[in-house]
Amino acid sequence: MKIHEYQAKEIFAKFQIPIPKGEVTSSPDEARQIAVRYERPVMVKAQVHVGGRGKAGGIKYCKDPDETYFAAEEVLGMSIKGLAVKKVLVTDSVEIVNEAYVGVVLDRISKKPVIMVSPAGGIDIEEVARSTPEKIMKFGVDPIMGLRAFEATKLAMFVYRDFKLVRQAASIIGKLFNVFMECDASLAEINPLIVTRDGQLLALDAKIVLDDNALFRHPGLEALRDYESEDPDEMAAKKADLSFVKLDGTIGCCVNGAGLAMATMDLVKHFGGEPANFLDIGGSSSPEKVIAAMKIITGDPKVKIILFNIFGGITRCDDVADGIVKAVEMLRPRVPIVVRLTGTNEARAREILQSVGMQATSSMEEVVKMALRRAG
Amino acid sequence: MAIFVDKSTRVVVQGITGRDGAFHTQQMLAYGTKIVAGVTPGKGGTAMHGVPVFDSMEDAVAKTKGNTSVIYVPPQFAVDAIYEAAAAGVKLIVCITEGVPANDMLKVYHYLKSKGTRLIGPNCPGIISPGLSKVGIMPAQIHKKGTIGVVSRSGTLTYEVVYQLTQAGMGQSTCIGIGGDSVIGTSFIDCLEAFEKDPDTRAVVLIGEIGGSDEEMAAEFIKKQMKKPVVGFIAGRTAPSGKRMGHAGAIISGSSGLAADKIKALNAVGVPVADIPSQVPGLIAGLMKLKTPAKRKTALANHAAPAKSTKMAKKAVFGKKVAKRHVASVRKARRR
Repeated sequence: MKIHEYQAKEIFAKFQIPIPKGEVTSSPDEARQIAVRYERPVMVKAQVHVGGRGKAGGIKYCKDPDETYFAAEEVLGMSIKGLAVKKVLVTDSVEIVNEAYVGVVLDRISKKPVIMVSPAGGIDIEEVARSTPEKIMKFGVDPIMGLRAFEATKLAMFVYRDFKLVRQAASIIGKLFNVFMECDASLAEINPLIVTRDGQLLALDAKIVLDDNALFRHPGLEALRDYESEDPDEMAAKKADLSFVKLDGTIGCCVNGAGLAMATMDLVKHFGGEPANFLDIGGSSSPEKVIAAMKIITGDPKVKIILFNIFGGITRCDDVADGIVKAVEMLRPRVPIVVRLTGTNEARAREILQSVGMQATSSMEEVVKMALRRAG
Repeated sequence: MAIFVDKSTRVVVQGITGRDGAFHTQQMLAYGTKIVAGVTPGKGGTAMHGVPVFDSMEDAVAKTKGNTSVIYVPPQFAVDAIYEAAAAGVKLIVCITEGVPANDMLKVYHYLKSKGTRLIGPNCPGIISPGLSKVGIMPAQIHKKGTIGVVSRSGTLTYEVVYQLTQAGMGQSTCIGIGGDSVIGTSFIDCLEAFEKDPDTRAVVLIGEIGGSDEEMAAEFIKKQMKKPVVGFIAGRTAPSGKRMGHAGAIISGSSGLAADKIKALNAVGVPVADIPSQVPGLIAGLMKLKTPAKRKTALANHAAPAKSTKMAKKAVFGKKVAKRHVASVRKARRR
C-alpha cells in the first residue's frame, strides 16, 4: 500500500527523523493561513501516489501567503498522470546546501533489507544506478541481528566527510531502518536528505510503501489508506476479497489463481484480442464472489464478453457455476459469457450450467478463441 | 525417486482441525500420503480423519517421528507455525498459507538456513511426487507418474501445465509450487539443482511470472550447472507496470521484473519458452531428442535445427498428438 508524503513524514516524526515543519490541507484558504503562521516562504506540494510531481508542476515555491493561495488553488485543480490532486502539503521552504539519498528496500534475492545511500540525491535513484552505479553504496542487513551502529556509520561515511554530518546521517539511517522493520514497509526512502545552511540534516521528501500482508497488525497504518486515490473498482474488488487490475481491452476475464489469470490475459493477447482486466477470484469461490466479480467486469462499458477460466483445485467448479447462474439472474449482463471449467466437481458444474442453457468447454485455448469470435 | 517428498515422507499437519486443514488432510490421505499427526493447540488427544492430534509440534514429532510439516493456519499464526516446526526438528516445511508478512519471512529464511531446514512457500500449492506422496492442495487426479519435473511460482497455472503434460502422455517425477510471495523459502535454483541430481527426472518445466529476478538467476544456473533439458513458461506478458497482479511477488517495479527480460534470459541459455501453455509438451518432446545442452542451445539459436527435430518428434515416444502440436509450434517458431 502506498501512502502520501505527509503521512510518511508523520511516521518519520514518530521515529525522530528530522523533517521540515509542514501541514496538509485541501483548501487554498487554509494554505494561505499556514503560510501566514510560518512567516516564511513555503513550498506547496501535491499529495498524489505517483513519482515526478516536480516535473509535472505539482511542487511550487511561494514567497508569501498570497502566492501560497494561488499555488494551492492551481495544484489542487491539477491531475498528475491521471490522478486528481486532492490534498497539498504546505511546508517550510529551506535552503539546500547538499542533497543525498537514503533508502531501505527488501531484496528478494539475498532475503535481506538492503540499505542504499548515495551522495547523488534529489534524482531518481534507478537513474543513478544505471548511469553512475559507483555513486551508490548498498548494504544488506542481517535481518536477525539488525543494523549495528558501525554499519550505519560506514554507510554515512560514504556520503559525507564532515563527521558532524556523518553522526547525524548514521542516526537517521538507523531510524529509517527501524521505520522499515517496525512498520513492515517494503520501501522506506528519503530523497533528498538535505544539509541546511546551519549544518542540519533534514528529510525533505519521504516515501514509504507498506506490505499489504502485514497491515492486519498495523490498524493505525491501514487507516492511512486514501480511498479517493485508489481505483474504485480495485477497492470494490478488495472488499469482495478479489484481486482486480483494470486494463484497456474488451475481453473481461474472471479466473481462479493469479498465475492462471495472467496466463489467460496473455492468451487473449496471443490470439489477437485485448484483455479488459486481471481478475483472480481466489481460492474459495463462493457464489457471492462470482457475483461481485461480474458486477465489476460488467461495469466497464468497453467489455464485450465475459470469459471464465476456472481450474478447480480448492476452488470447486460447481460453486463457480452456481455463482454464474445467480449473477446472470441478478445482473442480467448485456454481454455474452463463455466458460471453461476443469477440475473439482466439473461434472456437477456442467449440469448446473446446462439447466439454464449454458455450455462450458474444458480447454483454456478454446474458451479464449470462442470469446474472441463472439466479441467480434 | 523424486525430489523432496517420497514414500519416506511422514507428514504432520499444522492446523489440522481448521476448515482447509481438515479437508486437505482427507484428500492427502486418500492419495496415500503418510500423515502421522496433526497439531492444533488445545485439541491434543483428539483425532481428525483417524489422525492423532497433538497440542504442539514437539509432541507430535517426538511421538510419531514426523519429518515433514504442512501448514494450513491463518496468516497471523503462520510465521510462528514455521518456527515451531523447525524447532521441533522437521527437515521439510510446506507453508500453504497466503498473506504472510514479508519482513517476518526475511528472519524466518535466515533462521531456517542456519538450522538446515527446507521451507517450500509460503503462498504455494505444495508439492507432489505422483504415486508417492502429495503434500499440499493440488488436485491429485490431473497428475501422472513419470519423468518430467515441474517447478512453478503459481498454483492453478501449474495445474494447467500439468494437465497438458498428462494429456500428452508425459508423467511427472515431482511438481513443486514454490509460492507467489516476494520472499520464499525454496527458489527455482534449489529445485533445478535437485531435479538435475534426481535419476528419475529427465526434463524440467519452469513456470515463472513477472516480478523479481528469480527466473534470470535460474537461467544463470542452467547455463552453468544443468545438463537436463528445461522448458519455460512465463506468465504476465500483458501485465501493466507498478500493479500487484494477485500474488504479492508479481509486480513489475520500474523496469525490473518484466516477462520479456525473463524470456530473453532463458532463451539465451538454451531454454525455449512456450508462448502458450499447450506448447509445453511439444517443446519438451523436441528438446529430449537433442541429447546435449550445446545442441539444444544451437537449436534455439538458429531456427534451422528445430526443423530436424520436427521429423524426429513425429517418431517420438509421446504419441501423435504431441508430435503434431510440436510440429505446429516449431513451424510457428520458424515463421518468426
